[in-house]
Amino acid sequence: MVLLEAIILSVIAASTPLLLAASGELVVERSGVLNLGVEGMMIMGAACGFTGAWLTGSTAVGALFGIAAGVAMAAVFALLTLGLAVNQVATGLALTILGIGLSGLIGAGFVGEKITPAASLYIPFLTDMPVVGRILFGQDAFVYFSIALIVAIWCFLYRTRAGLILRAVGDNHTSAHALGYPVLKIRLLAVLFGGACAGLGGAFLPLAYTPFFIPGMTAGRGWIALALVVFASWRPGRLVGGAYLFGAVTILQLHAQALGLGVPSQLMSSLPYLATVIVLVLISRARGTSGSAAPASLGMVFVPDR
Amino acid sequence: MQLVLERRQERSAVVAVASPAVAVGLTLATMAILFALLGKNPATALYVYFIEPLTDSYALQEIAVKATPLVMIGVGLSLCYTANVWNIGAEGQFLIGAVTGSWLAVVTNGTGVGHWVLPVMLLLGAAGGAAYAMIPALCKVRFGASEILTSLMLVYVADLLLDYLVRGPWRDPKGLNFPTTAEFDPVATVPTLIEGSRLHAGAIVTLIVVMLATVMLGRTIKGFEIRVVGAAPKAARFAGFNSDQLVLFTFAISGALAGLAGIIEVAGPVGHLQPGFSPGYGFTAIIVAFLGRLNPVGILIAGLFLALTFIGGEGAQISIKVPLDLTKVFQGILLFYVLACDSLILYRIRLVKPLRKPAHGPA
Repeated sequence: MVLLEAIILSVIAASTPLLLAASGELVVERSGVLNLGVEGMMIMGAACGFTGAWLTGSTAVGALFGIAAGVAMAAVFALLTLGLAVNQVATGLALTILGIGLSGLIGAGFVGEKITPAASLYIPFLTDMPVVGRILFGQDAFVYFSIALIVAIWCFLYRTRAGLILRAVGDNHTSAHALGYPVLKIRLLAVLFGGACAGLGGAFLPLAYTPFFIPGMTAGRGWIALALVVFASWRPGRLVGGAYLFGAVTILQLHAQALGLGVPSQLMSSLPYLATVIVLVLISRARGTSGSAAPASLGMVFVPDR
Repeated sequence: MQLVLERRQERSAVVAVASPAVAVGLTLATMAILFALLGKNPATALYVYFIEPLTDSYALQEIAVKATPLVMIGVGLSLCYTANVWNIGAEGQFLIGAVTGSWLAVVTNGTGVGHWVLPVMLLLGAAGGAAYAMIPALCKVRFGASEILTSLMLVYVADLLLDYLVRGPWRDPKGLNFPTTAEFDPVATVPTLIEGSRLHAGAIVTLIVVMLATVMLGRTIKGFEIRVVGAAPKAARFAGFNSDQLVLFTFAISGALAGLAGIIEVAGPVGHLQPGFSPGYGFTAIIVAFLGRLNPVGILIAGLFLALTFIGGEGAQISIKVPLDLTKVFQGILLFYVLACDSLILYRIRLVKPLRKPAHGPA
């Protein structure tokens, strides 16, 4: 039981950055924008988040630094894709390349430094309950926030007028524009929100997952977050399931490696990436018959005519 | 007053020519600011980065060595991107090409076989890269899975496969436990062009690739098809062009070129297979493709320029102590400026009076 508890705890920790980053990207894509720069925004969130926490000793300040870094990166993306109508795929790639370089530059001075990891919740009696205590009542703030965030996103998208407008912009920007909605402004806000989430997801890594910064520590999580949005068919509920499924794959392969099954460790390490490919194929294939669930204007350039 | 983007009646020829130069200029200006922020003299730093390598014949040869894989991969990627096919996993195809080509070098190592080894290695490398690129291509045309994500995920897988091979079955028994294969035999090594230099025959192969690609894009039906499918998918469908087939074709070509570049790199300047032998050529080639305007000759120039930044970056790390990551920052910023400047070929920015707010909001 102790092992099971440990596994579940580490699955939650591995899933949270994916869920945070993917939640933001889900909103971005629902508004019709494809930001492939999630990896770049995450790694910048990690580098700046660590910097903030190292300078002040506070996890909260670190998280804010991470969010700010993600928003700043997203603003660059928005300037190009929304302001200058540049191809979103190419811009997203540029954002990732820039993010990896800049984060290395920022983090170079911090390699080997340590910070105090984020504090976990502790409620006497509740947290001490066997098995479920620490899982339900012993997490850090990021975990609870990630769950609250996706619930809030669901409410926003499906239960508010603003959410309906955002989805309309993503499905048909020409009609939304004709109705008088400020397509580019709505997309700008969505992209900035996505940047904040990716930055926070990245900041989670050095602030709560491992208490130090390693260049390139996101290790493709941003790309997996992008795949998760496809996996979830752009629906918040499925996103939670997907994020936890991938977290579980990541952790289980680590445990399998520790058991020494005689399988090369590299094969086990490649499982999350292979799983992403397989899941994408299965999801895309299943959808082949029922039509695409993607927002209809996803990735398309919009230049309003006046 | 506000700024708005307005579509031009037709592509601006002037901007099309000026845009890469403007983008490079803006990038240099931004880099100067970055150097100043890092506490370095911008003039000295820019000199070390971009001029010094050009003054020394060793560094000039190194630029050609580094440009070889960049241009070869970039040309392949440009075919994909022109056709609106997004292969961003060239780094994986590069690594797999290096692996499949090296297989022959490893199994024939020290057996004194003939000169047929190298040509077969190059073929195996190209075939391996193409086969690896077929995975995302087939996932795309058969199942509709996003080639962007699948091709990228396979980069990590390729990296781990290479790591496994050189730490396990292919490790040099005399290599003091270092994760590397034995040094390739002379018959399994790409010959150098000048005695005692690192400049190798791969540079010639790259020039041939550039020429072939120029002919193919400009003078053949296939090249026309690629351009039409990318620029006007609907028209291409009416013309009877099969876009699925084109996805497979462009992925195969770009995978083969990346694989060929991979085995040439390993059998040429590196001389043995080891993890981390690529400083991300497959990703930098994406920038090369865009900076070169998806045009083979442009890519040749862009590849040489990006190679210059690699060499300049290494020089700057030693002589003025700036982090190596600065090169990646430079490359990212450059790609941003290139994309932004390119947008102005199709659009112009105009200063206009804001529209009056409608009396009632949308119903």
